[in-house]
Amino acid sequence: MLEVGAVFPPLVGAIIAGLFGRSLGDRGAQGVTIGLMLVAAVCGVLLFVDVAVLGNGRAVDLATWIASGSLEARWSLRFDTLSAVMVGMVTVVSTLIHLYSVGYMSQDPSIPRFMAYLSLFTFAMLMLVTADDLVQLFFGWEGVGLASYLLIGFWFERESANAAAMKAFIVNRVGDVGFALGIAGVFALTNSVAFDGIFIALPGVATRTISAAGMELRAVELCAVLLFVGAMGKSAQLFLHTWLPDAMEGPTPVSALIHAATMVTAGVFLTARMSPLFELAPTALAIVTVIGAATALFAATVGCVQTDIKRVIAYSTCSQLGYMFFAAGVSAYPAAIFHLFTHAFFKALLFLSAGSVIHAMGGEQDIRRMGGIWRKVPITYAMMWIGSLALAGIPIFAGYYSKDMVLEAAWASGTEVGRFAFACGLIAAFLTAFYSWRLLILTFHGEARADAHTMSHVHESPPVMTIPLALLAIGAVFAGVVFYEPFVGHHYAEFWREAIAIAPGHNAMELAHQAPLEVKYAPLVLAIAGIATAVVFYALAPKLPAAFASAFPGVYRFLLNKWYFDELYDRLFVRPACALGIILWKGGDLRTIDRYGPDGLAAAAREIGQSVVRVQSGYVYHYAFAMLVGLVVLVTLAATGRL
Amino acid sequence: MSSVGFPLLSLIIFLPLIGATIIASVRGDARTVASNARWTALWTSLIVFFLSLVLWVRFDRSSADFQFVERAAWLGGLSISYHVGVDGLSVLFVLLSTTLTPVCVVASWESVEHKVREYMIAFLVLETMMVGMFAALDLVVFYLFFEGVLIPMFLIIGVWGGPRRTYAAFKFFLFTLAGSVLMLLAVLWLYLDAGTTDIPVLLNHPLSRSAQTWLFLAFFASFAVKVPMWPLHTWLPDAHVEAPTAGSVILAGVLLKMGGYGFLRFSLPMLPDASLDFAPFMFALSAIAIVYTSLVALAQEDIKKLIAYSSVAHMGLVTLGLFTFTTQGIEGAIFQMLSHGVVSAALFLCVGVIYDRMHTREIAAYGGLAHRMPRYALLFMLFSMASVGLPGTSGFVGEFLAIVGAWQVNRVLALVAASGMVLGAAYMLWLYRRVLFGALAKPELKALLDLSPREFAAFGPLAALTLWMGVYPSSFTQFFSASVASLLDRHQALLRASSQFAGL
Repeated sequence: MLEVGAVFPPLVGAIIAGLFGRSLGDRGAQGVTIGLMLVAAVCGVLLFVDVAVLGNGRAVDLATWIASGSLEARWSLRFDTLSAVMVGMVTVVSTLIHLYSVGYMSQDPSIPRFMAYLSLFTFAMLMLVTADDLVQLFFGWEGVGLASYLLIGFWFERESANAAAMKAFIVNRVGDVGFALGIAGVFALTNSVAFDGIFIALPGVATRTISAAGMELRAVELCAVLLFVGAMGKSAQLFLHTWLPDAMEGPTPVSALIHAATMVTAGVFLTARMSPLFELAPTALAIVTVIGAATALFAATVGCVQTDIKRVIAYSTCSQLGYMFFAAGVSAYPAAIFHLFTHAFFKALLFLSAGSVIHAMGGEQDIRRMGGIWRKVPITYAMMWIGSLALAGIPIFAGYYSKDMVLEAAWASGTEVGRFAFACGLIAAFLTAFYSWRLLILTFHGEARADAHTMSHVHESPPVMTIPLALLAIGAVFAGVVFYEPFVGHHYAEFWREAIAIAPGHNAMELAHQAPLEVKYAPLVLAIAGIATAVVFYALAPKLPAAFASAFPGVYRFLLNKWYFDELYDRLFVRPACALGIILWKGGDLRTIDRYGPDGLAAAAREIGQSVVRVQSGYVYHYAFAMLVGLVVLVTLAATGRL
Repeated sequence: MSSVGFPLLSLIIFLPLIGATIIASVRGDARTVASNARWTALWTSLIVFFLSLVLWVRFDRSSADFQFVERAAWLGGLSISYHVGVDGLSVLFVLLSTTLTPVCVVASWESVEHKVREYMIAFLVLETMMVGMFAALDLVVFYLFFEGVLIPMFLIIGVWGGPRRTYAAFKFFLFTLAGSVLMLLAVLWLYLDAGTTDIPVLLNHPLSRSAQTWLFLAFFASFAVKVPMWPLHTWLPDAHVEAPTAGSVILAGVLLKMGGYGFLRFSLPMLPDASLDFAPFMFALSAIAIVYTSLVALAQEDIKKLIAYSSVAHMGLVTLGLFTFTTQGIEGAIFQMLSHGVVSAALFLCVGVIYDRMHTREIAAYGGLAHRMPRYALLFMLFSMASVGLPGTSGFVGEFLAIVGAWQVNRVLALVAASGMVLGAAYMLWLYRRVLFGALAKPELKALLDLSPREFAAFGPLAALTLWMGVYPSSFTQFFSASVASLLDRHQALLRASSQFAGL
């Protein structure tokens, strides 16, 4: 019962608010969805305690889904430590964001629709994390994709929102092609799509090879890489990251819930869930590490020059996801999930604080037109500090524990790619602290750069928004120190049990605890240096940034334009696809197939003799006639031949 | 073997003809005739639908045999008989036809205003032909119904169609004629070779490899046009654009399935060696269809053309899945056909809703409809997502199984099959965005009304089916899994046998 109670109430809420929103009214829709989310959160937390802390893992089988030959996908709810951690986190964060939305969206004309989408998203996310087989995971995976699409495009009269929503869906679909093929590959390899079945069969097929595009590949490597392509799309990793910054077109609670705390971490979850597969695939793990590390660094560099408050945080999310991936890539899955867990709290806090600022500034998102408001929004200001401290990895705040663990694990892996990841992670740690304090200072301090009218309306948000902020802040402060020991401490294996498999010899987790002091303190030192640099640049010597920008105009433009990925993809894929569509249509269908096919035949027929096409009343008669002739021939032939 | 003690299948096949006769005999002024025609057509198609539900209930899902079999001597002594029955491969197509016909009648209730009587007669005749075609167990009976389907369809396009209906009908005619003649030759050849046109007998009739090759090509000529497979697809966009809404619904919902069903019923089991020989050829055409027509769909400015091209791409997945000769591939192909039958029918209904209001199919004429028509927007979103293959809708199951089947044959093939996931999302979302999203700027759109109860009645069953097939597809796959398993078993056995011959 508890299991069903944690997953299905949001679906019920979504259906009620979505279909009957107009008769329920705004308050009714909010009441129903939040009430049902509370039910889910209570069940989710109870399950977290029961399953993760007390160790009572289980699976609830609901029904058959797709059965075809030996392929059987089922509707079921799997609760082991990994899914219990995710369910606990998702239900709690989602409830707080539902609550926050009551205040944030109070002026919006479509409140029931918004609440319905949020609940629909939560349901899909819960189905994703409690899946007992890859196909149900894919159901949740696509379901969160749909909800994300709908919420990014929530204000659908805005063309920019529609474009961003489409981009998010399509770029994610590119990753999903990898995911779908990965499922097909895993099924062909292990004859199962259920996790238990796959994991039992894997050791027996680890050495099998498969031919693809003329190459002989190890099947497990190919499957792992394909699944990771899916993860790259959902988690906005380098090359498939372009949708995430644009996704900030959605309302801010959406950015907090979907594009920071939960959905975008699904890729990391998938990698951890499939750890028995990845552990057999060293090349795939190396790819995961390199892509993760490169993303961590790339996104941090872009985050340093963005001027939209939400986009800065979006790039920060992208970068932090990179940390999680390279942790998984060096087989430190618990560290990856630990960072995922703490990140959910402090990044949701940062986004919601940013939302509170935007709310206070009357919709302004450009930090160049903010500043000087910290006295007017003291609670928001304090929350932003807590979130930034946690993100930068300052001791006692949550990020300190998880980010250090990730970096130590990368160092401890002892591999080349691990060292590369460690280096990227360290530089990114400096940049993270830099852009966080750049954001803090530009948003809250200095002169007020907004117009007088806006400034006169700056106000602290109502309690329905600040209370969720405060609750998330508790998580952002304590989630690290409280959960460090069980998640990644010396006895981490007893906490994760069978949910995560780490191959013998992959001991980054163990060795991380023996990292030398310089490794342990390097991230902290760099973070403080980053903060100090930001203070110098934006508080003490505010002319410096402009000077840097004009001294290195190429670098500045490169970063400002996000390494030109959008322009590149537009030229490489979007425009050629559209052009090709027109060429194939006009050139292929009309000028080739039709011209030499039916139209050509028709012209030829007209030339040969009008007699063939004499009856103008319609071609149906010809047809019926031809059929009758055929029948006659049949009967005659048959009769003469057989009788 | 299930049977109900009376000729149920024949009743389902011919009851629409009786309804058509009744409509034809109605006299009176135009209004009375129109109203009587509508109601008679609705009641007839509903009774047929409820009769066909007996098939759903009484069909023995564990058996791969033909059920509800009826047989009567026809061309006596020629071993050609009126022989009908359904097995797992055909029963759901019968149900698809009987489900879509009342939906079409409801959908045409107000949008067709002239020659209502003839229109309703055409649809009822069409239903007889469709059901007869799927239930036929004699090759001549099959051929008659198979070709007979096209006559009412021609009329529907030619009489109630758009301005370029003659061109569309003519194109359709040219494409299908060649195929029909060749298929007729194949039927003749088979009859002379086996001495019967009884399908169950022919399924066990051994054929030499060269005979199989020629027969395969002859059947291919007919089925590939109906699917339609690239490059024989260009009649479809024109036919859809000119056809009235309900005509498109049947065309996409049922008629396109005739080709896939033909491959499944004849080519795969009867011509196993040739099917295997031609599989790479079929894969190539299917793969081209998926990528090529998806890209073409992206460039369309006409809503119906866009959906028509998307149909070609989706049917490409069907032909691809069928020739993988894997359980998942074939079951996926069948499921994809059923799902496409429901979803594309619903999408054409969606087009019909706004066409009835604005009398244009041009995408650029719309924009921001979601503001005024939220219920319509929700349904359009549901069917778009089903078309895109979102899990939880019917579109996912077939697509996913076909990809799994393709993977087992060739990895690159699976990649091409899966590429439809991206391109399909691109053209459907692009369509949705231009029609429903955006600001409601055009003044003529501001007075649009949301769905009427009658329109809801047409969409309701399709929406329910889309979700049911997506969430609990086992209700449907269990009908054909035994038949597919037996088809594959026999295929293996026949291949073993013929390889032994080759060894001798």
